[in-house]
Amino acid sequence: MSEELFKKMAQSIIDGDSEAALMLAKDSIRDNINPLDAITKGFVVGVNTVGAAFGRGEAFLPELVMAGEAMKAAVSVLDPELKKRGTERKMLGKVVIATVEGDIHEIGKSLVATMLGASGFEVFDLGVDTPSDKIIGKALEVNADIIAMSALLTTTMVKQREVIEELEKEGLRHKVKVMVGGAPVTRDWVTAIGADGFSEDAIGAVAIAKQFMGVE
Amino acid sequence: MTKNIKSITNPKLKLEILTPEEISKIHDATLWIIEKVGVRFPSERALDIWAANGAMVDRDRKIVKVKGELIDSAMKKCPPAYLLGARDPNQDLPLDGNHVFVGTDGCGVEVIDINTGLRRTSKLDDIRDIARIADATEEVAFHWVPVSAQDTPIETRGLYEIKSIWENSTKHVQTESIYKESEAKAAIEMAAIIAGSKESLRKRPVLSLMQCTAPPLGHDGGSLDAALLAAEAGIPTGFMTMAACLTTGPATLAGTLAVGNAEVIAGTALLQLAYPGAPVFYAAAQTASDLRTGAYTGGGPEDFLFGAATNVLSNFYNIPLSMGSFATGAKEPNWQAGIENSLSTFMASIVMSDMLLGVGFLHGSRIWSYAEMMMDCEIFSIIHKTMQGIVVDDESLALDVIAKVGPSGNFLTQKHTRQHMHDLFLPEFMDRRPYNEWESKKDGACDWALSKARNILAEHQPDPLDPKISMEFNKIIKSLQA
Repeated sequence: MSEELFKKMAQSIIDGDSEAALMLAKDSIRDNINPLDAITKGFVVGVNTVGAAFGRGEAFLPELVMAGEAMKAAVSVLDPELKKRGTERKMLGKVVIATVEGDIHEIGKSLVATMLGASGFEVFDLGVDTPSDKIIGKALEVNADIIAMSALLTTTMVKQREVIEELEKEGLRHKVKVMVGGAPVTRDWVTAIGADGFSEDAIGAVAIAKQFMGVE
Repeated sequence: MTKNIKSITNPKLKLEILTPEEISKIHDATLWIIEKVGVRFPSERALDIWAANGAMVDRDRKIVKVKGELIDSAMKKCPPAYLLGARDPNQDLPLDGNHVFVGTDGCGVEVIDINTGLRRTSKLDDIRDIARIADATEEVAFHWVPVSAQDTPIETRGLYEIKSIWENSTKHVQTESIYKESEAKAAIEMAAIIAGSKESLRKRPVLSLMQCTAPPLGHDGGSLDAALLAAEAGIPTGFMTMAACLTTGPATLAGTLAVGNAEVIAGTALLQLAYPGAPVFYAAAQTASDLRTGAYTGGGPEDFLFGAATNVLSNFYNIPLSMGSFATGAKEPNWQAGIENSLSTFMASIVMSDMLLGVGFLHGSRIWSYAEMMMDCEIFSIIHKTMQGIVVDDESLALDVIAKVGPSGNFLTQKHTRQHMHDLFLPEFMDRRPYNEWESKKDGACDWALSKARNILAEHQPDPLDPKISMEFNKIIKSLQA
């Protein structure tokens, strides 16, 4: 009975069908299925399937993102249920992610946020034009493992440096890993500002974040 | 011909990429998007202008919905043709629909050093060097700010950049890196000094401004304010969409064309409502995001089709077009760079796009390469030649010469040959040598292109800018620094 449901859950993720995923998550609560099982035996299997197909070059970015969105929809129903039962899903780490102050270009950042979320990170997306103190404040508030920042302009990219400098000034630099991205971000820039990592695309960003957390 | 500037004009080749029905379908779709979905204008000034003209303005979300009639009537006020002024009036560029001009590409962040060959962060001196080489190169008609002057203060970076170009070249400057009201104001002041006065700047604008939209269906606040200031001063202004299939546009080309068109047309209409008759242009560099990474691709069949289709749209609105061509995604000058830059430039040229951006970059407009710059120029020269087509008349059919030579002879010694041999294209960078010669040297296009750039940089002395003007520029720039 629940095996059948788990299969459907995985398939809803593979199909990138958020509505189906949401319905199946609700069904599982109604049928009193352990929400942790629903996630790990159902939905996550779908995420892994799409991820593996992507790795083989058989699935493409939109399928990956849609799987991530469907996963998000399912988890939005199951997480409160988990809390009610006093259990918690084991996450890979907490990421505070933002596009820096003065910059409104967020498509890459949002893509990274979705992929991180689908890969098992708890993601706090602060959106665009985010002042440095707000990024740091949120990181402190949630006890973040990683701060991730994007910028599209050479004139706003400097805010990535500002955040790192502020972290150092406050004696917080050792507490959090910093990763940066965006079209003008180069390896030289990353070295110059002392960030811990960077990636040129969303897939690479997940790999870096996992590396930070010592997984895979 | 304009002094030391090569342009495509009176072409023989033609291409119908969209039928009139298809164009009007895209236009209708565009108006539907602007009226029903809306476009984001995060500028108080812009929202005020829209509100004053009866558009539906959502102040919280900063989204404007405009009736098609208002857009149409505003677009009718755009001047169909005008001049881009240059420091040297002999290098003014008529944007009249019968010229294709090429500029340097812009917004790069790294440079392959002309001496060491090593890749490094871009700085102000790079702008100087690129401007000097472009000044001497006939394929380059005007400048974009090629790379970011990352060693200058952020709040005045855009001003250092245009100052450096004006000091090192007499050709027109179009900046794509001034997107704040304060900088735009100072830039206009600087341009007026070059032109002699605000009135002469209006007649021969030595500066034009290109602002990027924020796709899908959005604008940047600073860009809007800067564009309004420029339009007020009579500085030609264009909004560029870089809508990309999959990410900032639908996966389908027609849908992405419509999204980008809505951004550009809504922005352009705003300028016309504020300053009727202000010189404006359409700017675009649509592409398809990479299916695997979502990254900007900088080439591929979608880019080639967008390159040709967009001029059809800008013709429909009867305004000049600045079109993204070249800008290969290749990491070094190679097979991919040759294909992408040739086809994108050919497709944008065959429909007579007014301005093409531009030469010099690798890795999707991020890494400047002097060798690529020179090879891109040769690509344009090849297309320039191709666009002239085949002339068929008595002189070119040459029947009397054919009769004279007869079967089994050759044409090398004919007077007709001597008269017409220079009609044939003579490449600078194509390897047509005997195999043995290549084998003994193993050199090629990249080496020759780089050495040409080095020679120009060593030898070319641009017509200097009056040092007094440079001093005035410094004062303007300093006054903006805290």
